[in-house]
Amino acid sequence: MYQTTYHRPSSIDEAVSLFGKSSEAKFLAGGQTLLPVMKQRLAGPSDVIDLGKIKELQGVELSGDVLTIKAGTTYFDIMQNADVNKAIPAIAYLTSVLGDPAVRYRGTIGGSIANNDPAADYPAALLALGATVKTNKRSISAEDFFQGLFTTALEDGEIITAVSFPVPAKAGYEKMRHPASRFALTAVFVAQTKSGEIRVAATGASQSGVMRVGAIEAALKANWSPSALDNVSIPASGLLADIHGTAEYRANLIKVMAQRAVAAAG
Amino acid sequence: MSTVKLTVNGKAVAVDVEDRTLLVQLLRDHLNLTGTHVGCDTSQCGACVVHVDGRAVKSCTMLAGQADGASVTTIEGIAKGDELHPMQAAFRDNHGLQCGYCTPGMIMSAIDIVHRHGGQLDETTVRHELEGNICRCTGYHNIVKAVLDAAGRMKVSQAAE
Repeated sequence: MYQTTYHRPSSIDEAVSLFGKSSEAKFLAGGQTLLPVMKQRLAGPSDVIDLGKIKELQGVELSGDVLTIKAGTTYFDIMQNADVNKAIPAIAYLTSVLGDPAVRYRGTIGGSIANNDPAADYPAALLALGATVKTNKRSISAEDFFQGLFTTALEDGEIITAVSFPVPAKAGYEKMRHPASRFALTAVFVAQTKSGEIRVAATGASQSGVMRVGAIEAALKANWSPSALDNVSIPASGLLADIHGTAEYRANLIKVMAQRAVAAAG
Repeated sequence: MSTVKLTVNGKAVAVDVEDRTLLVQLLRDHLNLTGTHVGCDTSQCGACVVHVDGRAVKSCTMLAGQADGASVTTIEGIAKGDELHPMQAAFRDNHGLQCGYCTPGMIMSAIDIVHRHGGQLDETTVRHELEGNICRCTGYHNIVKAVLDAAGRMKVSQAAE
Protein backbone atom coordinates (compact mmCIF):
# COMPACT_ATOMS: atom_id res chain seq x y z
CA MET A 1 0.00 0.00 0.00
CA TYR A 2 1.23 3.50 -0.81
CA GLN A 3 1.59 6.02 1.97
CA THR A 4 -1.61 7.77 2.90
CA THR A 5 -3.04 9.94 5.66
CA TYR A 6 -5.89 8.48 7.65
CA HIS A 7 -8.71 10.62 9.07
CA ARG A 8 -11.66 9.63 11.20
CA PRO A 9 -14.23 12.44 11.25
CA SER A 10 -17.25 12.26 13.53
CA SER A 11 -19.70 14.14 11.31
CA ILE A 12 -20.57 14.41 7.62
CA ASP A 13 -19.66 18.12 7.63
CA GLU A 14 -16.22 17.33 9.00
CA ALA A 15 -15.74 14.58 6.40
CA VAL A 16 -16.68 16.97 3.57
CA SER A 17 -14.34 19.63 4.91
CA LEU A 18 -11.45 17.14 5.12
CA PHE A 19 -12.15 16.04 1.57
CA GLY A 20 -11.96 19.64 0.36
CA LYS A 21 -8.56 20.12 2.00
CA SER A 22 -7.01 16.97 0.49
CA SER A 23 -5.46 16.62 -2.92
CA GLU A 24 -6.74 13.15 -3.81
CA ALA A 25 -8.89 11.86 -1.00
CA LYS A 26 -11.07 8.78 -0.88
CA PHE A 27 -13.92 8.13 1.51
CA LEU A 28 -13.59 4.82 3.34
CA ALA A 29 -16.79 2.97 4.26
CA GLY A 30 -16.37 -0.67 5.30
CA GLY A 31 -13.15 -0.95 3.33
CA GLN A 32 -13.87 -4.39 1.93
CA THR A 33 -13.17 -3.19 -1.61
CA LEU A 34 -11.13 0.00 -1.20
CA LEU A 35 -8.50 -1.52 1.10
CA PRO A 36 -7.79 -4.56 -1.15
CA VAL A 37 -7.53 -2.18 -4.12
CA MET A 38 -5.11 0.06 -2.19
CA LYS A 39 -3.06 -2.97 -1.15
CA GLN A 40 -2.66 -3.88 -4.80
CA ARG A 41 -1.58 -0.29 -5.45
CA LEU A 42 -4.40 0.12 -7.93
CA ALA A 43 -5.45 3.12 -5.85
CA GLY A 44 -3.19 5.47 -3.93
CA PRO A 45 -5.32 8.16 -2.30
CA SER A 46 -3.41 10.94 -0.55
CA ASP A 47 -5.96 10.82 2.25
CA VAL A 48 -8.38 8.19 3.47
CA ILE A 49 -11.44 9.67 5.18
CA ASP A 50 -13.08 6.99 7.28
CA LEU A 51 -16.86 7.36 7.52
CA GLY A 52 -17.12 4.49 10.02
CA LYS A 53 -17.50 6.61 13.15
CA ILE A 54 -20.17 8.97 11.87
CA LYS A 55 -23.28 8.20 13.92
CA GLU A 56 -25.71 9.88 11.53
CA LEU A 57 -24.76 7.25 8.90
CA GLN A 58 -25.84 4.31 11.07
CA GLY A 59 -29.19 2.62 11.44
CA VAL A 60 -32.43 1.52 9.80
CA GLU A 61 -35.84 3.23 9.90
CA LEU A 62 -39.20 1.94 8.78
CA SER A 63 -41.74 4.69 8.32
CA GLY A 64 -45.03 3.74 6.69
CA ASP A 65 -44.20 2.26 3.31
CA VAL A 66 -40.58 3.39 3.19
CA LEU A 67 -37.60 1.46 4.54
CA THR A 68 -34.55 3.67 4.96
CA ILE A 69 -31.14 2.12 5.49
CA LYS A 70 -28.43 4.59 6.46
CA ALA A 71 -25.36 4.28 4.27
CA GLY A 72 -22.89 3.18 6.94
CA THR A 73 -25.00 0.28 8.17
CA THR A 74 -23.05 -2.97 7.82
CA TYR A 75 -24.33 -5.99 5.94
CA PHE A 76 -24.50 -7.91 9.20
CA ASP A 77 -26.63 -5.25 10.88
CA ILE A 78 -28.92 -5.08 7.84
CA MET A 79 -29.36 -8.87 7.83
CA GLN A 80 -30.22 -8.92 11.51
CA ASN A 81 -32.50 -5.89 11.51
CA ALA A 82 -36.09 -6.63 12.44
CA ASP A 83 -37.56 -3.88 10.23
CA VAL A 84 -35.63 -5.09 7.17
CA ASN A 85 -36.79 -8.66 7.77
CA LYS A 86 -40.37 -7.51 8.24
CA ALA A 87 -40.66 -4.97 5.43
CA ILE A 88 -38.42 -6.37 2.67
CA PRO A 89 -37.13 -9.83 3.60
CA ALA A 90 -35.62 -10.16 0.12
CA ILE A 91 -33.06 -7.52 1.15
CA ALA A 92 -32.15 -9.52 4.24
CA TYR A 93 -31.76 -12.63 2.08
CA LEU A 94 -29.66 -10.79 -0.52
CA THR A 95 -27.38 -9.61 2.27
CA SER A 96 -27.02 -13.13 3.68
CA VAL A 97 -25.54 -14.41 0.40
CA LEU A 98 -23.17 -11.47 -0.02
CA GLY A 99 -19.47 -12.04 0.73
CA ASP A 100 -18.73 -14.14 3.80
CA PRO A 101 -19.44 -13.59 7.51
CA ALA A 102 -16.25 -11.59 8.16
CA VAL A 103 -16.87 -9.35 5.15
CA ARG A 104 -20.50 -8.86 6.22
CA TYR A 105 -19.36 -7.51 9.58
CA ARG A 106 -17.42 -4.71 7.87
CA GLY A 107 -18.98 -3.96 4.47
CA THR A 108 -21.72 -1.35 4.17
CA ILE A 109 -24.59 -0.69 1.77
CA GLY A 110 -23.26 2.79 1.01
CA GLY A 111 -19.83 1.44 0.16
CA SER A 112 -21.30 -1.21 -2.10
CA ILE A 113 -23.39 1.14 -4.19
CA ALA A 114 -20.74 3.88 -4.33
CA ASN A 115 -18.35 1.32 -5.81
CA ASN A 116 -21.02 -0.03 -8.21
CA ASP A 117 -19.19 -3.23 -9.06
CA PRO A 118 -20.99 -4.78 -12.06
CA ALA A 119 -21.45 -8.01 -10.08
CA ALA A 120 -22.42 -6.48 -6.72
CA ASP A 121 -25.75 -7.42 -5.13
CA TYR A 122 -27.26 -4.20 -3.79
CA PRO A 123 -27.46 -2.35 -7.11
CA ALA A 124 -30.00 -4.95 -8.30
CA ALA A 125 -32.16 -4.40 -5.21
CA LEU A 126 -32.06 -0.62 -5.58
CA LEU A 127 -32.95 -0.69 -9.26
CA ALA A 128 -35.71 -3.30 -8.97
CA LEU A 129 -37.30 -1.67 -5.94
CA GLY A 130 -37.07 1.85 -7.38
CA ALA A 131 -35.01 3.05 -4.43
CA THR A 132 -33.76 6.57 -3.85
CA VAL A 133 -30.15 7.30 -2.95
CA LYS A 134 -29.83 10.15 -0.45
CA THR A 135 -26.59 12.11 -0.32
CA ASN A 136 -25.41 15.09 1.68
CA LYS A 137 -26.48 17.22 -1.29
CA ARG A 138 -29.54 15.66 -2.96
CA SER A 139 -31.77 12.68 -3.68
CA ILE A 140 -31.00 10.54 -6.74
CA SER A 141 -33.23 7.80 -8.19
CA ALA A 142 -31.54 4.41 -8.57
CA GLU A 143 -32.02 4.71 -12.34
CA ASP A 144 -30.00 7.91 -12.44
CA PHE A 145 -27.50 6.83 -9.80
CA PHE A 146 -25.99 3.78 -11.52
CA GLN A 147 -24.16 4.89 -14.65
CA GLY A 148 -22.15 1.89 -15.81
CA LEU A 149 -19.16 -0.11 -14.59
CA PHE A 150 -17.87 1.33 -11.32
CA THR A 151 -19.53 4.63 -12.28
CA THR A 152 -22.23 6.52 -10.39
CA ALA A 153 -23.83 9.96 -10.36
CA LEU A 154 -21.81 10.88 -7.27
CA GLU A 155 -19.74 14.04 -7.57
CA ASP A 156 -16.37 14.60 -5.94
CA GLY A 157 -16.76 14.95 -2.21
CA GLU A 158 -20.41 13.86 -2.23
CA ILE A 159 -21.35 11.34 0.48
CA ILE A 160 -24.19 8.83 0.35
CA THR A 161 -26.14 9.17 3.57
CA ALA A 162 -28.95 6.65 3.12
CA VAL A 163 -30.97 4.53 0.73
CA SER A 164 -34.77 4.66 0.84
CA PHE A 165 -36.70 1.67 -0.46
CA PRO A 166 -40.45 1.78 -1.12
CA VAL A 167 -41.85 -1.35 0.55
CA PRO A 168 -43.02 -3.63 -2.30
CA ALA A 169 -46.00 -5.99 -2.43
CA LYS A 170 -43.63 -8.83 -3.29
CA ALA A 171 -39.92 -9.18 -3.89
CA GLY A 172 -37.40 -11.94 -4.42
CA TYR A 173 -33.69 -12.30 -5.17
CA GLU A 174 -31.79 -15.27 -6.51
CA LYS A 175 -28.14 -15.46 -7.35
CA MET A 176 -25.72 -17.83 -9.02
CA ARG A 177 -22.78 -17.25 -6.72
CA HIS A 178 -19.27 -17.41 -7.93
CA PRO A 179 -17.94 -20.01 -5.47
CA ALA A 180 -14.64 -18.23 -4.81
CA SER A 181 -15.42 -14.51 -4.98
CA ARG A 182 -19.07 -14.87 -3.90
CA PHE A 183 -19.97 -12.14 -6.33
CA ALA A 184 -22.92 -12.76 -8.63
CA LEU A 185 -22.09 -14.71 -11.75
CA THR A 186 -25.58 -13.44 -12.48
CA ALA A 187 -28.33 -12.56 -10.03
CA VAL A 188 -31.83 -11.20 -10.46
CA PHE A 189 -34.04 -9.13 -8.17
CA VAL A 190 -37.77 -9.16 -8.98
CA ALA A 191 -40.30 -6.82 -7.41
CA GLN A 192 -43.99 -6.13 -7.61
CA THR A 193 -44.71 -2.66 -6.26
CA LYS A 194 -47.81 -1.89 -4.23
CA SER A 195 -49.21 -0.06 -7.25
CA GLY A 196 -48.79 -3.22 -9.35
CA GLU A 197 -45.73 -2.25 -11.36
CA ILE A 198 -43.30 -5.09 -12.11
CA ARG A 199 -39.61 -4.24 -11.94
CA VAL A 200 -36.77 -6.67 -12.59
CA ALA A 201 -33.04 -5.97 -12.35
CA ALA A 202 -30.06 -8.20 -13.15
CA THR A 203 -26.53 -7.84 -11.84
CA GLY A 204 -23.35 -9.65 -12.85
CA ALA A 205 -24.74 -9.92 -16.37
CA SER A 206 -24.33 -6.76 -18.39
CA GLN A 207 -21.20 -5.06 -19.67
CA SER A 208 -22.83 -1.81 -18.53
CA GLY A 209 -23.44 -2.91 -14.95
CA VAL A 210 -26.79 -3.43 -13.28
CA MET A 211 -29.74 -3.36 -15.71
CA ARG A 212 -33.51 -3.63 -15.94
CA VAL A 213 -34.79 -6.64 -17.91
CA GLY A 214 -37.80 -5.44 -19.92
CA ALA A 215 -38.68 -8.78 -21.52
CA ILE A 216 -39.02 -10.42 -18.12
CA GLU A 217 -40.96 -7.49 -16.69
CA ALA A 218 -43.47 -7.73 -19.56
CA ALA A 219 -43.92 -11.48 -19.16
CA LEU A 220 -44.37 -11.19 -15.40
CA LYS A 221 -46.86 -8.35 -15.80
CA ALA A 222 -49.04 -10.68 -17.86
CA ASN A 223 -48.58 -13.56 -15.43
CA TRP A 224 -46.62 -13.40 -12.15
CA SER A 225 -45.30 -16.95 -12.12
CA PRO A 226 -42.02 -18.73 -12.91
CA SER A 227 -43.63 -20.58 -15.82
CA ALA A 228 -44.51 -17.25 -17.46
CA LEU A 229 -40.80 -16.99 -18.32
CA ASP A 230 -40.46 -20.44 -19.89
CA ASN A 231 -40.50 -19.07 -23.42
CA VAL A 232 -38.74 -15.77 -22.76
CA SER A 233 -35.41 -15.48 -24.51
CA ILE A 234 -32.83 -12.93 -23.38
CA PRO A 235 -30.40 -11.72 -26.06
CA ALA A 236 -26.71 -12.27 -25.27
CA SER A 237 -25.55 -9.03 -26.88
CA GLY A 238 -23.98 -6.62 -24.43
CA LEU A 239 -23.62 -9.25 -21.72
CA LEU A 240 -20.39 -10.07 -19.91
CA ALA A 241 -18.27 -12.98 -21.09
CA ASP A 242 -15.26 -14.29 -19.19
CA ILE A 243 -13.62 -17.54 -18.16
CA HIS A 244 -16.48 -18.20 -15.76
CA GLY A 245 -19.29 -17.99 -18.29
CA THR A 246 -20.15 -16.92 -21.83
CA ALA A 247 -22.62 -14.17 -22.64
CA GLU A 248 -25.11 -16.85 -23.76
CA TYR A 249 -24.71 -18.63 -20.43
CA ARG A 250 -25.41 -15.43 -18.54
CA ALA A 251 -28.40 -14.66 -20.78
CA ASN A 252 -29.91 -17.99 -19.80
CA LEU A 253 -29.00 -17.40 -16.15
CA ILE A 254 -30.98 -14.14 -16.16
CA LYS A 255 -34.09 -16.12 -17.04
CA VAL A 256 -33.42 -18.96 -14.61
CA MET A 257 -32.54 -16.66 -11.72
CA ALA A 258 -35.65 -14.58 -12.45
CA GLN A 259 -37.81 -17.71 -12.32
CA ARG A 260 -36.30 -18.72 -9.00
CA ALA A 261 -36.68 -15.19 -7.65
CA VAL A 262 -40.39 -15.13 -8.56
CA ALA A 263 -40.83 -18.49 -6.85
CA ALA A 264 -39.02 -17.11 -3.77
CA ALA A 265 -41.15 -13.94 -3.79
CA GLY A 266 -44.35 -16.04 -3.82
CA MET B 1 2.43 8.39 11.70
CA SER B 2 -0.35 8.11 14.22
CA THR B 3 -0.71 6.64 17.66
CA VAL B 4 -3.30 3.91 17.73
CA LYS B 5 -4.69 3.09 21.15
CA LEU B 6 -6.58 -0.13 21.57
CA THR B 7 -7.08 -3.07 23.88
CA VAL B 8 -5.51 -6.31 22.73
CA ASN B 9 -6.35 -9.50 24.58
CA GLY B 10 -7.45 -7.46 27.57
CA LYS B 11 -4.35 -5.28 27.72
CA ALA B 12 -4.36 -1.58 26.81
CA VAL B 13 -1.69 -0.71 24.25
CA ALA B 14 -0.63 2.41 22.34
CA VAL B 15 1.33 1.88 19.13
CA ASP B 16 2.91 4.40 16.77
CA VAL B 17 2.31 3.24 13.22
CA GLU B 18 2.23 4.60 9.68
CA ASP B 19 -1.32 5.44 8.61
CA ARG B 20 -1.20 2.73 5.93
CA THR B 21 -0.58 0.01 8.52
CA LEU B 22 -3.11 -2.81 8.50
CA LEU B 23 -4.49 -4.20 11.75
CA VAL B 24 -2.77 -7.53 11.05
CA GLN B 25 0.57 -5.74 10.68
CA LEU B 26 0.06 -3.92 13.95
CA LEU B 27 -0.64 -7.23 15.69
CA ARG B 28 2.17 -9.23 14.10
CA ASP B 29 4.93 -6.72 13.46
CA HIS B 30 4.43 -4.26 16.31
CA LEU B 31 3.00 -6.44 19.09
CA ASN B 32 4.72 -9.67 18.02
CA LEU B 33 1.41 -11.52 18.15
CA THR B 34 2.28 -13.81 15.27
CA GLY B 35 -0.51 -16.30 15.93
CA THR B 36 -2.67 -14.30 13.55
CA HIS B 37 -1.57 -15.35 10.06
CA VAL B 38 -1.52 -13.71 6.67
CA GLY B 39 -2.52 -16.23 4.04
CA CYS B 40 -3.80 -14.66 0.87
CA ASP B 41 -3.65 -10.96 1.85
CA THR B 42 -6.65 -10.43 -0.46
CA SER B 43 -9.54 -10.89 2.02
CA GLN B 44 -10.32 -14.37 0.75
CA CYS B 45 -8.71 -16.94 3.04
CA GLY B 46 -9.58 -15.93 6.61
CA ALA B 47 -6.22 -16.90 8.17
CA CYS B 48 -6.06 -13.38 9.67
CA VAL B 49 -9.46 -13.38 11.40
CA VAL B 50 -9.51 -11.72 14.82
CA HIS B 51 -12.35 -10.36 16.94
CA VAL B 52 -12.81 -6.58 16.93
CA ASP B 53 -15.38 -5.52 19.53
CA GLY B 54 -16.70 -9.06 19.46
CA ARG B 55 -17.02 -9.37 15.70
CA ALA B 56 -14.86 -11.78 13.69
CA VAL B 57 -13.22 -9.73 10.93
CA LYS B 58 -10.34 -10.08 8.50
CA SER B 59 -7.50 -8.10 10.05
CA CYS B 60 -5.76 -7.83 6.66
CA THR B 61 -8.70 -5.77 5.42
CA MET B 62 -8.84 -3.19 8.14
CA LEU B 63 -6.49 -0.30 8.82
CA ALA B 64 -4.90 -0.19 12.26
CA GLY B 65 -6.42 3.27 12.67
CA GLN B 66 -9.91 1.85 12.23
CA ALA B 67 -9.29 -0.25 15.34
CA ASP B 68 -8.42 2.79 17.46
CA GLY B 69 -10.45 2.55 20.65
CA ALA B 70 -11.52 -1.01 19.91
CA SER B 71 -11.09 -4.18 21.88
CA VAL B 72 -9.27 -6.83 19.83
CA THR B 73 -8.98 -10.51 20.68
CA THR B 74 -6.50 -12.71 18.84
CA ILE B 75 -5.82 -16.44 18.98
CA GLU B 76 -3.32 -15.72 21.78
CA GLY B 77 -6.09 -14.27 23.93
CA ILE B 78 -8.68 -17.04 24.15
CA ALA B 79 -7.10 -19.71 26.38
CA LYS B 80 -7.33 -19.32 30.15
CA GLY B 81 -3.71 -19.82 31.15
CA ASP B 82 -2.89 -23.45 30.37
CA GLU B 83 -6.51 -24.33 29.76
CA LEU B 84 -7.35 -24.26 26.08
CA HIS B 85 -10.51 -22.54 24.90
CA PRO B 86 -13.18 -25.22 24.20
CA MET B 87 -12.82 -24.48 20.47
CA GLN B 88 -9.06 -25.04 20.61
CA ALA B 89 -9.54 -28.24 22.60
CA ALA B 90 -12.14 -29.49 20.10
CA PHE B 91 -9.79 -28.80 17.16
CA ARG B 92 -7.09 -30.84 18.90
CA ASP B 93 -9.39 -33.71 19.88
CA ASN B 94 -11.01 -33.95 16.45
CA HIS B 95 -7.75 -33.53 14.53
CA GLY B 96 -9.21 -30.38 12.96
CA LEU B 97 -5.87 -29.27 11.54
CA GLN B 98 -2.94 -30.59 9.58
CA CYS B 99 -0.40 -27.90 8.70
CA GLY B 100 -2.13 -25.49 11.09
CA TYR B 101 -1.72 -22.37 8.99
CA CYS B 102 -5.44 -21.63 8.68
CA THR B 103 -6.20 -22.75 12.23
CA PRO B 104 -6.02 -19.42 14.13
CA GLY B 105 -8.48 -17.84 11.69
CA MET B 106 -10.66 -20.95 11.67
CA ILE B 107 -10.87 -20.93 15.45
CA MET B 108 -11.63 -17.22 15.72
CA SER B 109 -14.33 -17.51 13.04
CA ALA B 110 -15.71 -20.67 14.61
CA ILE B 111 -16.08 -19.07 18.05
CA ASP B 112 -18.02 -16.25 16.41
CA ILE B 113 -20.23 -18.76 14.59
CA VAL B 114 -21.07 -20.55 17.84
CA HIS B 115 -21.80 -17.24 19.58
CA ARG B 116 -24.13 -16.16 16.80
CA HIS B 117 -26.00 -19.44 16.43
CA GLY B 118 -25.92 -20.73 19.98
CA GLY B 119 -27.39 -24.22 20.06
CA GLN B 120 -28.79 -24.02 16.54
CA LEU B 121 -25.71 -25.34 14.74
CA ASP B 122 -25.80 -28.21 12.29
CA GLU B 123 -23.29 -29.42 9.73
CA THR B 124 -24.81 -27.47 6.82
CA THR B 125 -24.78 -24.24 8.82
CA VAL B 126 -21.16 -24.71 9.87
CA ARG B 127 -20.03 -25.42 6.31
CA HIS B 128 -21.92 -22.38 5.02
CA GLU B 129 -20.60 -20.12 7.77
CA LEU B 130 -17.00 -21.22 7.24
CA GLU B 131 -16.92 -20.16 3.61
CA GLY B 132 -14.71 -17.18 4.40
CA ASN B 133 -11.99 -19.47 5.80
CA ILE B 134 -9.95 -21.59 3.45
CA CYS B 135 -8.10 -24.77 4.45
CA ARG B 136 -5.95 -26.57 1.90
CA CYS B 137 -5.15 -29.68 3.98
CA THR B 138 -8.08 -31.18 5.79
CA GLY B 139 -10.93 -31.17 3.32
CA TYR B 140 -12.83 -29.42 6.14
CA HIS B 141 -14.34 -32.65 7.45
CA ASN B 142 -12.64 -32.63 10.83
CA ILE B 143 -12.88 -28.87 11.12
CA VAL B 144 -16.66 -29.11 10.85
CA LYS B 145 -16.65 -31.96 13.40
CA ALA B 146 -14.54 -29.84 15.75
CA VAL B 147 -16.85 -26.82 15.50
CA LEU B 148 -19.93 -28.94 16.20
CA ASP B 149 -18.14 -30.60 19.13
CA ALA B 150 -17.05 -27.21 20.50
CA ALA B 151 -20.57 -25.79 20.16
CA GLY B 152 -21.70 -28.39 22.69
CA ARG B 153 -18.73 -27.77 24.97
CA MET B 154 -19.18 -23.98 24.86
CA LYS B 155 -22.83 -24.34 25.85
CA VAL B 156 -21.79 -26.48 28.78
CA SER B 157 -19.02 -24.11 29.87
CA GLN B 158 -21.32 -21.08 29.55
CA ALA B 159 -23.94 -22.83 31.66
CA ALA B 160 -21.28 -23.57 34.29
CA GLU B 161 -20.24 -19.91 34.55
